This record gives sequence, structure tokens and C-alpha cells, in this order.
Amino acid sequence: MKKITFSVYRYNPDVDAKPRMQDYTLEMEENQDMMVLEALIKLKEQDPSLAFRRSCREGVCGSDGFNMNGKNGLGCITSVSSLKSNKIVVRPLPGLPVIRDLIVDMEQFYHQYERVKPYLINDSKTPPAREHLQSPEERAKLDGLYECILCACCSTSCPSFWWNPDKFVGPAGLLHAYRFLADSRDTATEQRLDELDDAFSVFRCHGIMNCVNVCPKGLNPTKAIGHIKSMLLSRAV
Amino acid sequence: MVKVASTFGRSGTHDYVLLRASAVILATYLLFLVSFLVATPNLTFEVWTGLFGNLWMKVYTLLALTGLLVHGWIGIWQVLTDYVKNSLGRGVLQFIVSVALIVYWLVGLFVLWGV
Repeated sequence: MKKITFSVYRYNPDVDAKPRMQDYTLEMEENQDMMVLEALIKLKEQDPSLAFRRSCREGVCGSDGFNMNGKNGLGCITSVSSLKSNKIVVRPLPGLPVIRDLIVDMEQFYHQYERVKPYLINDSKTPPAREHLQSPEERAKLDGLYECILCACCSTSCPSFWWNPDKFVGPAGLLHAYRFLADSRDTATEQRLDELDDAFSVFRCHGIMNCVNVCPKGLNPTKAIGHIKSMLLSRAV
Repeated sequence: MVKVASTFGRSGTHDYVLLRASAVILATYLLFLVSFLVATPNLTFEVWTGLFGNLWMKVYTLLALTGLLVHGWIGIWQVLTDYVKNSLGRGVLQFIVSVALIVYWLVGLFVLWGV
């Protein structure tokens, strides 16, 4: 048997004056492995007051974003062995207000997502009778963009989002913004670019690529942001 | 909400272009100066004043100082809007830095004038 220590961020604003780290120990077989979410569920059996979000438990819903040993990720698809340590520190996603324990208030994150109008806008005068068709090449441009599950791992690992969550859209929102800018069926390109052309919304990204480093779906928001900057530049120069 | 009144460019794109353009000027100026110093082992006052006595060197230096003014103004504004959340404090710091950058430019102009 091996013992793994979990140091978990605890904060209940109704009871605690300030946050604290609480240590738990979990025993595992020598060759046994489990996901961090599974471990947290076992810890919750020890201490039912521990609070965290989870739903699908297979990396699809994006509910269980945590900061594990300093790196953001989804608890359900991050194995304990991959963290390569007998002590695992689990904290809530950084930069967002904590509601309780590992549960953060995602309001600012969703507000920025809403700002980019994450839906198809098509005001063409002659809409097709049945549907807007795309060629396979046009459809291929959306690959690597539409797969985002809004888990917030990327935006909460971005210092620009930490410092200006009310003004910088953040990597997740900008990935979605480019998903619609790149969509051949969308006709609001100019309007979308107008709304991003300030000193904060896009240009606060300095390309440090923390977002790419943590994305549990393997997406590349920095590349999408680069495309948005190119679109803004090509219409300005 | 921080507006763009204290920044340099008219938009995010404008700031972005100005930052890159001024960075190119500053980088080439730095490379030129380092190359000159490496290629001139016996650097005397006459050689130095001779270099800055050239019209093209005066123009290049003034261009680099203008690049420093633009680059510093936008760059410091970006850093201050990240880290200084008190708007009065941010305004005062931006004022000090902007005045210092303008002073550098003016001093450079008058020094070059006298060479």
C-alpha cells in the first residue's frame, strides 16, 4: 500500500474567516492509479463537508476544473500518477472568486463568453431555402475551435485575465470569437471585429501560451487569438 | 472601466502597430550602436562626435528616441493598467513616466542640435 497526501483548499465563507489548506491521506495499492476526481470523491466520503463540482466524470462537461500541483486541468482526466508526487495540492481555479472550497464563481468568465456573441449571425437578404451549406474546406476551418467545453482552465491560467477579467475576453472567449469569425456562414465579421478592437479585449494577450499548456482538450487559443489579431491588422493597415 | 484616454494609439490595433514599429526601430538602432562599438576599438571623443555629427545619425537617433517615447508610453500604460488598480495612483504614475519620456526626447533633440 502507498499513502498519497492530498492538501486541499478549504473555505466556507459562512464559517471560516479565511481560507486554509487541509491535509487528507488516501491509501492506494502499489500499482493502483485513479483520477484526481475519483480521489476527491473518496476524500468526500471521509469528510462530507468538502465541496467541488463534477458531472460527467469523463472530460466532456468541463465542471471539475481544478488547480492540481500548480497546473489547471480537469480532475476527471488527470491521473494521480501523472502528477508524479506523493503530495497533491488541489486548489480552486485561480483568479475567480471562491464560493466554497473548490467551487468558483464563473460569472466573469461567462460574461466574457457572452460578450463575443457566441452564436451564428447571418443577415443575408436571400437566405437559402433549406440550410446554409459549407464546403468541406470551410468546415475544416472550425476544427480546433468548436471543441471547447468552457471549463475555464485556460482563462484562469492567464495573467492578463487575472488582472483584467472585466475587460480582457480571455482565451476561451477569444477561441469562440474566432470560431464565428472563421465560419463561412457568419456575416457579422466587421461588427465582431469592431467590438474587439480596443486595447484590452484581444490585445491584452501577450502570447505566453499558458492557455495552450493547460487546455484539457488540446486546443490552441493563442493561435486563434493570433488569427483575430491578423484580421484586425489586415483591415487597419 | 479603463478607457483609452491615457494611452497613445487610437485603438488596440493602432497601439499594437505602434509598439511593433517602434520596437523594430529600437532594435536596429541598438544593433547599429553595438556593431559600431565593436568595430571601433579605439573610441575617442572625435570619433564619437564625428558619428553623431552626421545628419543621418542625428535623424536615426531622433527616430530611436521617438520610438522610445512611443514604446515606453504604450508599454508602461499596459503594465500600469495590469497592476495599479487605483485610478489616481495609475494616473500619477502614467503622468510621471510620460513626462520623463518627453524630457528624454527633448534632451536628445538639444544634445543632437549642439553636436
